[in-house]
Amino acid sequence: MIGLNHYLIVSALLFSIGLVGVLRRRNLLMLFFATEVMLNAVNIAFAAISHYYNDLTGQMFAFFVIAIAASEVAVGLGILIVLYKKQGSLDLDELATMKG
Amino acid sequence: MENLVYVALFAPLISSLFAALFGMSPRQTFVGIVSSVLLFVSMLASLILAYHVYQTGMPIHVTMMEWISMGDLFIPFGFLVDQVSVTMMSVVTLVSTVVHVYSIGYMDHDKSFNRFFSYLSAFVFSMMVLVMSDNFAGLFIGWEGVGVCSWLLIGFWYHKPDQSREENPSISPSWAANEAFIVNRIADLGMLVGIFILYWNVGSLQYDEVFAALPNLSESILTAAALALFIGAMGKSAQFPLHTWLTDAMEGPTPVSALIHAATMVTAGVFLVIRANPLFSMTPEVSFFIAALGTFVAFFAASMALVNRDLKRIIAFSTLSQLGYMFAAAGLGAYWIALFHLGAHAFFKALLFLGAGNVMHAMHDELDIFKMGGLKKQMKWTYIYMGVASLALAGIPPLAGFFSKDAIIETAFNEGRLVLWAILVVTAGMTAFYSFRQVFLTFDGDERYKEFGIHPHEMYKFVLVALSPLALLAVAAGFFQGAFHDFVTRLLPEYEMSEHTHHLALILGAIVLVFAVGGIVLAYKKYAKGLRRDEKVENGFLYKLLANQYYIPHLYEEIISKPYKMISDLMWKNVDLKIVDATVDGIAKFLYKSGDGTRKMQTGNLSSYLNWMAIGGILLLVVAMLSAMLG
Repeated sequence: MIGLNHYLIVSALLFSIGLVGVLRRRNLLMLFFATEVMLNAVNIAFAAISHYYNDLTGQMFAFFVIAIAASEVAVGLGILIVLYKKQGSLDLDELATMKG
Repeated sequence: MENLVYVALFAPLISSLFAALFGMSPRQTFVGIVSSVLLFVSMLASLILAYHVYQTGMPIHVTMMEWISMGDLFIPFGFLVDQVSVTMMSVVTLVSTVVHVYSIGYMDHDKSFNRFFSYLSAFVFSMMVLVMSDNFAGLFIGWEGVGVCSWLLIGFWYHKPDQSREENPSISPSWAANEAFIVNRIADLGMLVGIFILYWNVGSLQYDEVFAALPNLSESILTAAALALFIGAMGKSAQFPLHTWLTDAMEGPTPVSALIHAATMVTAGVFLVIRANPLFSMTPEVSFFIAALGTFVAFFAASMALVNRDLKRIIAFSTLSQLGYMFAAAGLGAYWIALFHLGAHAFFKALLFLGAGNVMHAMHDELDIFKMGGLKKQMKWTYIYMGVASLALAGIPPLAGFFSKDAIIETAFNEGRLVLWAILVVTAGMTAFYSFRQVFLTFDGDERYKEFGIHPHEMYKFVLVALSPLALLAVAAGFFQGAFHDFVTRLLPEYEMSEHTHHLALILGAIVLVFAVGGIVLAYKKYAKGLRRDEKVENGFLYKLLANQYYIPHLYEEIISKPYKMISDLMWKNVDLKIVDATVDGIAKFLYKSGDGTRKMQTGNLSSYLNWMAIGGILLLVVAMLSAMLG
């Protein structure tokens, strides 16, 4: 039987993968993907806990997250394209222009 | 009558504020005239009040408003016009009016003419608050107010540079102003302690309530309060050992010396002792100390006046000496005689100072009497005024000083204090000598000023006319002794000479008179023909001791000023620089260094920012977990 803990473990694993991606990757596009992975990890946790408590609020919240993530990707990708046209690269190490 | 109290009190304040409006603008004669008129109004109000109190014998007590009222503390702005305060009010306003008119002439060429009147009137207002207040708090406000005005006025010519002490016993006005202020702070601490002692034990600062509660207090508390209050009086009245500021205060303009440092402010200490006479009559030890100190100062100051060459300082020493007389009388319980001498002294001493101002004006601010002589030709009226004032000071009948001073000396005899009596008699002789030494050296003999290319001239007419009331009072005030006695002893304790003294009064008076006349004759013989300097005497130890004021200014310099400066230097270099400054600098340096260190985080690389963010998030998580587990 698959219980709440299993869902939560999957969620935690996915979140960790996403986090490592955010921390280790240098390509901005990959960073985006990693962020999406983290968001979806949270969505899994929301849905699982919502189901566990028989409360729909969590699932509704997951839908909101998905909607916002979609719009975020739309805007983010647009910016990325402009950035790539301008800089010719999406590598973060090369984009470090605001050194203090 | 109530309105007259307010008129008498606030006319000087209005005068001060009015003059202050023109403080920054160039000299305008009408400012002086308006101030003088307002002071005259205040004088009229005071005199009418005096007449009223004299007629009815009833004091007027008004409460203008509550000032502090919280818990058990209740201090109103109340004013009391009784026999003592109305005497002081009359003396203060009368002398102030004359001094204001005089200043119009004396400060004629000064560019800060308007400012001067503002300060002078502010002083009169403070003095009125001091004498009219019906509680110790109001008295203290006035006490500090006159201190501030004294500081402003001594340092009126603050731009004058420092002069060294050796060649000329003269220092800068700003130095003298600071000295006066600081010395008075020391004494005011004593005064505050006295007021606190009374408040703690009585729970009120109103005179009537405090004095009514005195019999319930223990002897040690009474003694402590009396001593502390007297320390305050010592500072304001420049009694030994706090006397040095008074002669240095002569750096101020002469009208200031006449008003503040002769007639009014310095007598505030005597006024305090008279006002608090119920307290001092219950503490015979303190009273005797006051009398002994007063007698000592009378002699001590007179001895320094014997050899001084500075016209104004001689008069300042004589003021000190006469204040000593007043304290002697007050300490011996003859409060009304002290008040009588206070009034009489105010008239002839102000006249003497203003006369000296005329001489200074004529001599282009030269003060050395060895450089004067023969001025009576050019300055006939000033000569007469100063002569009359000196006669009154010397105690020659029938002038004012004779009656008041003789009464004090008689009191000392009556109390059986023969040592004090003898000293006071000898001092009377010295007083006569130094006053006339000064008069003769200034006005008689050879005209020594000619070598210095000075062309003396008499003061303006209106100034000389303005001085006449003082001269009249210096001559005639003594005749009112009986009436004055009846007037003030309704409030002050009666003091009568014993039968024995009464019989000897004539002989006692004659002894004093012999000393006084002897002093004058001696001065005449030595100085009237001209200045003959005796090298041997001037190089003698005694002469040098007196000329250097017993080396007390030097002593204070050595044991107080210099160590103080040394300690300040040490504290500055070791404590301030090495501890206080170092701490502040350390904090600043730490912030600067840590900022510099963390600046390296700003790589501009988004990836490393994200790493930092993750670290922060993890830290927060750890903190949240720890707090959940622990708490």
